[in-house]
Amino acid sequence: MAENVLQVRHLGKSFGDHEVLRDVDFAVSKGEVISIIGSSGSGKSTLLRCMNLLEKPSGGEVLFHGENIQKPGFDLQTYRARVGMVFQSFNLFANMTALDNCVVGQMKVLKRSRVQAQNIAMAFLEKVGMSAYVRAKPRQLSGGQKQRVAIARALAMNPEVLLFDEPTSALDPEMVGEVLAVMKDLASTGLTMLVVTHEMGFARDVSDRVVFMDGGVIVESDVPEVVFTQPKHPRTREFLARILNE
Amino acid sequence: MPNAQSGFFEWVFFFVKTYGPMLLKGAGTTLLIALTGTIVGFIIGLAVGYLRAMPCEKENGAARYWLMKAARGLLGVYIEIFRSTPMIVQAMVIFYGMASVFHINLPHLLAGFIIVSINTGAYLSEIVRGGIQSVDPGQMEAGMAIGMTYGQTMLSVVLPQAIRNILPALGNEFVVNIKDTSVLNVISVSELFFVSKSAAGTYLKYFEVFFITSVIYFVMTFTCTRILRWVEKKMDGPKNYDIHGSQTVPDVELIQAKGGASNG
Ligand SMILES: Nc1ncnc2c1ncn2[C@@H]1O[C@H](COP(=O)(O)OP(=O)(O)OP(=O)(O)O)[C@@H](O)[C@H]1O
Ligand SMILES: [Mg+2]
Repeated sequence: MAENVLQVRHLGKSFGDHEVLRDVDFAVSKGEVISIIGSSGSGKSTLLRCMNLLEKPSGGEVLFHGENIQKPGFDLQTYRARVGMVFQSFNLFANMTALDNCVVGQMKVLKRSRVQAQNIAMAFLEKVGMSAYVRAKPRQLSGGQKQRVAIARALAMNPEVLLFDEPTSALDPEMVGEVLAVMKDLASTGLTMLVVTHEMGFARDVSDRVVFMDGGVIVESDVPEVVFTQPKHPRTREFLARILNE
Repeated sequence: MPNAQSGFFEWVFFFVKTYGPMLLKGAGTTLLIALTGTIVGFIIGLAVGYLRAMPCEKENGAARYWLMKAARGLLGVYIEIFRSTPMIVQAMVIFYGMASVFHINLPHLLAGFIIVSINTGAYLSEIVRGGIQSVDPGQMEAGMAIGMTYGQTMLSVVLPQAIRNILPALGNEFVVNIKDTSVLNVISVSELFFVSKSAAGTYLKYFEVFFITSVIYFVMTFTCTRILRWVEKKMDGPKNYDIHGSQTVPDVELIQAKGGASNG
């Protein structure tokens, strides 16, 4: 068994008296690609957001290489560079070009020089097929292009893990493919990935493990073959029947 | 000099000729106070708006929380007071208050700068706060998610967008200030209105002088409005961008020529 990069233990999260996550437990080992599936409101986004502390967990803990990310003195800035996030709505910095989007974090967080940061940014923009658009502002790009730049931005921070929160859900159907292609490529390079997705094809074909969430708990977690062909839990079966018939 | 039989235009001509330079100097003072007041007011607005938009949670230290609370309360009082009283009254209270309570006789012009700045600051604080809040929260989250701090993301991502959004309001504030500095005549700041009043009083020809004065005010505000619109358009930048092959991006090319770094 490979080393655990991230471990979530008894994680709970409530908004007021609305309990959104309950006693969530799971581990991510190095190089693993995990798809998180589940119906709307089941807590998938909240789980990812708790993992990089965009949301503060109400209970439990998140360990990064065995270290509690909420312990006093923990270097959250560096951690967030190591555990990147790609959002459903891209969230590219609207006031910056594609290139600067990928440069600013490197300079501010990793203290790289502008020259070094631009080189690294260029390399990753090239990798996601966006090097022709380095000078474009986000509003001049299509959704698929924006998401590819957002992925390059996260990659430029030299992350160990990338968290994707429904990266293709805001895209027109014809652009989903280009983003999934980039993600597949990343998966094959051995990057550790946690992907909340409604793309069952991606979950089945690309991920090493599929986690099904419902009502704030992990109902089932197994290799895709098992989850998709012989799910143990009736709620999983129900969900899959519903989503695969869409 | 025109006499009692002289018509309107003769008097106007007379005032332009003899008081023209003085009126223009007054107009210069007006512009200077309006501009300085708007810039300093904007800096105050940025600082106050930033503080008031900042999230503060008890969990990040109780001392800091209460300090923030207190600072915000005071700033709220400042904003309320200055937005709820006329600037002409603020001018009287500050100028004569400084003299009688602190025994400080402010130079008139300096008093003018101070009054317009803090008055503008109060208005712009709320506008800046609104500008910050109008920026998609996803921008801040994206900054935090790659490890930038709240302050770093604010400075390089959120504030530039907020400022772009409030630029029209900022320009508007400047134009309003050009007109509103006229109230400073009550504390004898020699801006355009004050100069006009003295000139008109000497000959008891108020209509003639203030006709000229209104033309000067109009030219100033009209010109400034046009310039600001032009600046806004410029700031939006070109509608199109050039598509480059990576080889044709000059600055990147230059970097690569220096021997690129690798992501290690
Ligand atoms: N900031 C918040 N304040 C209050 N409630 C929230 C907040 N964020 C999420 N919730 C609630 O938490 C629950 C889980 O939300 P979450 O976004 O994690 O679901 P999800 O599984 O990602 O759903 P979707 O597939 O629609 O994205 C929902 O009921 C939602 O209303
Ligand atoms: Mg979600």
